[in-house]
Amino acid sequence: MKERPNLVTEICGISSPNPFWLASAPPTNSGAQVRRAFEAGWGGAVWKTLDFEPIVNVSSRYGAVDYDGRKIMGFNNIELISDRTLEDNLAEIREVKREFPDHALVVSLMVESKQESWHEMVKRVEDTGCDGLELNFGCPHGMSERGMGSAVGQVPEYTEMITTWVKEVAQTPVLVKLTPNITDIRAIGRAAQAGGADGLSLINTVNSIIGVDLDTYRPLPHVAGRGSHGGYCGPAVKPIALHMVHALAADPEINIPISGIGGIQAWQDAVEFMLLGATNVQICTAVMHYGFRLVEHMVSGLEQWMIDKGFERTSDFVGKTVPAIGGWGELDLAYKVVAEIDQDRCIHCGLCYVACEDGAHQSIIRTEIPDDEFAASAGAHFETSGKRRFMAGAGGGYVNRYEIDQETCVGCNLCSLLCPVDDCISMVSRESGLPSMTWAEYQAKLAKGEVEEIRPPQHR
Amino acid sequence: MAKNPLDPDQLTRNFAEIRPPITPDEARAQAARCLFCFDAPCTRACPTHIDVPRFIRQILHLNPAGAAETILDSNVLGGSCARVCPTEVLCEGACVDRILQGDAVPIGGLQRFAVDWADGKGLSFFEPGIDTGRRVAVVGAGPAGLSCAFELRRRGHAVTIFEANDIAGGLNTVGIAAYKITTEYALSEVERARGMGADIRLEVPIDGAGLAGLLVEYDAVFLGIGLGATASLGIPGEDAEGVWEALDFIFQTHRKPFAECEVGGRVVVIGGGNTAVDVATAAVRLGAERVTIAYRRTRADMPAYEHEYELAKGDGVTFEWRISPVECLQRGGGLTGLRMQRLEMHGQGREATLEPVAGKEFTLECDMVIKALGQQPLVEFMNAIDGLEVDRGRLVVDPDSGVTSVAGLYAGGDCISKGAEVVNAVEEGKIAARGISDFLDGRGER
Repeated sequence: MKERPNLVTEICGISSPNPFWLASAPPTNSGAQVRRAFEAGWGGAVWKTLDFEPIVNVSSRYGAVDYDGRKIMGFNNIELISDRTLEDNLAEIREVKREFPDHALVVSLMVESKQESWHEMVKRVEDTGCDGLELNFGCPHGMSERGMGSAVGQVPEYTEMITTWVKEVAQTPVLVKLTPNITDIRAIGRAAQAGGADGLSLINTVNSIIGVDLDTYRPLPHVAGRGSHGGYCGPAVKPIALHMVHALAADPEINIPISGIGGIQAWQDAVEFMLLGATNVQICTAVMHYGFRLVEHMVSGLEQWMIDKGFERTSDFVGKTVPAIGGWGELDLAYKVVAEIDQDRCIHCGLCYVACEDGAHQSIIRTEIPDDEFAASAGAHFETSGKRRFMAGAGGGYVNRYEIDQETCVGCNLCSLLCPVDDCISMVSRESGLPSMTWAEYQAKLAKGEVEEIRPPQHR
Repeated sequence: MAKNPLDPDQLTRNFAEIRPPITPDEARAQAARCLFCFDAPCTRACPTHIDVPRFIRQILHLNPAGAAETILDSNVLGGSCARVCPTEVLCEGACVDRILQGDAVPIGGLQRFAVDWADGKGLSFFEPGIDTGRRVAVVGAGPAGLSCAFELRRRGHAVTIFEANDIAGGLNTVGIAAYKITTEYALSEVERARGMGADIRLEVPIDGAGLAGLLVEYDAVFLGIGLGATASLGIPGEDAEGVWEALDFIFQTHRKPFAECEVGGRVVVIGGGNTAVDVATAAVRLGAERVTIAYRRTRADMPAYEHEYELAKGDGVTFEWRISPVECLQRGGGLTGLRMQRLEMHGQGREATLEPVAGKEFTLECDMVIKALGQQPLVEFMNAIDGLEVDRGRLVVDPDSGVTSVAGLYAGGDCISKGAEVVNAVEEGKIAARGISDFLDGRGER
């Protein structure tokens, strides 16, 4: 048996037993919760955002997007920051930190935009012995109306200014949590760095309206019939988060570490964030859905993957995929793949066919094979019951065979993405006959007459 | 014959539906499994071609009313078929989830969910077509006749259904094991045709002369007459008290309270088809102590579906293979046993010849024998009609229009198939309705 990898992770000087932290959110609202989380195996936690006074919340607060029978593909909330007193929170932070000295305990902060307020809050919080601070410049609902949260994180100058105030007094590392509700995440990331941030956390939630009740015409969630835009999170936002994490990781002007957040529910999601440049990850929605025990599977999956790939510590692979992503203009026009259907694995559902025909490039050929002929050729067999015979995939006397038209397939991936059978449709390399070239190089070669014009794809 | 020994509550429990309705949560979860196949094998395998992926997606997307409409649009007895269809060998047998997940999407259960939901809300989806002034007579209010009548009404033709029995619905109402479908449910689906304005006249038997009259009086006639009496055993003592025809035995469970149904203590069922299983399992449920199915061939040759065989086995029914009855033994007019003869099979399958094994006779003690040998065609009726082509007991029809060899006379159901499923009869009724409509519009050949 191979040795277990070392999952101990360090981000801007804060160490934790593994890279899985709880994000600042309802699961980190109290000492009892964070204690149970650490006992369950979480490496760190960012305490739910503190202000001097507890806020008043509304009822109800959460909404969800289900997808064809599965619950909570996306989730939103209109809950605000901590609804408990600062004194209670600070006492519990102090206690939990003493009990779990090796775990990372970071405290999320959000106070009015006054230098002295920030100074006072930083000092009082750091007095608990916590490992670091996270500045909540991301919350897009409620607090932003009071000039806090994303109201700060959407303006580079404010972000830099308040980060500077915090750094004037902070003794522990400072992470700045960014909002995705901006046009270019790099501007805010650079501003936070300019203000002295030791690290960046992203993404906070995406501005959203989760839905409408079709019987009452009320927004969801609603408070006495009225709604408000809320913060969107959960599995559906992961690709947005991955893009933003990568944008910062790939930015030559940014050189502070990143804590990745957004839709992580399985170890694979965490690994993707880390391959795209996140040093560690933070998780909330999945825990709100399934509880703290989720971390067991995350740790186990990460360990097995690292053993499989030969990584000894997480820093061995953080950022590994960052250089492979760039502009469209850097892509090679000579690269060509086409789909290939493994007829032995095909279950004849026809999803690839109709998707290609209606939604893509009309490159799958359907042939009705008489079922007797199919059974004989494919080694399939009819089942009999009484006087009837039947076969899965057969009906009306035939079985549909689906094949790729290799001449017209543009290699878009659609069929392979939606095929319900693992490894049934694969994308295979084909010689395109073109020299390796980017679009710009192609333009240059065309101008010089070095290549022929690439003809448009054939459509049936 | 003694009344059965079980108390009414026990009997009610015994006849509880073997496929109880699925809950909304289960419906959603199962609907989510459907892949939404293109040119779906389930739809192709359904004789009535219900758009299964479509109705399942309608359930998934919280539109059970739309789902019910999809189902009933293709099959006016969609609720009955959801209960009595051998889905294992039809839609669900073709389901590709059997390859992917090892188990079909429960299409029958979902179909029932949608139709029951709509019925619970009192929804109906179809209206009669604009009156064409044409009049069609339908003989037989079974599944074929009801389906044909429903489709004819959608096209605006007036329909009168003549039914010999005093209850409508044919075998769907009184000929299927009561734990699969209740009498009340089957009758509720009769109302789909009646609700469209089909005039159903009960206890009006039609004979050859009557049919000739209908052909003159109406613009077209549809025959959905089914089959006749069960074949006889042709052995001594067959007229003894305690010797029953299979359908009579099933009829009683639909026409009388279970406590008043007659059943023997030791019952022998002769036959190997699905009706034999229906009868045997009903006998067990009515309280018979021992039920035996006696079949002259082997298990592999049984016409009963695998799932029916398994059901009977699960009910504790015992099987005797390669035997046939030679005499009903009686004392004082009452049945005491069945003299049986062992058979030897020469050859394979249903083509094999059967020969008695010399000296291998024995007696099965019993007080009830139920003949489930299949119904005989109504040959006399069919022969009474001039020019009506009949092939080995089947009325010959054009598969695309349902027209017989007699102009204006159409047919469907068991009288053209010699016995198939309710769902086949529904489709044949639909086909004939299209054929009749084309004929009346002058598009079809006369």
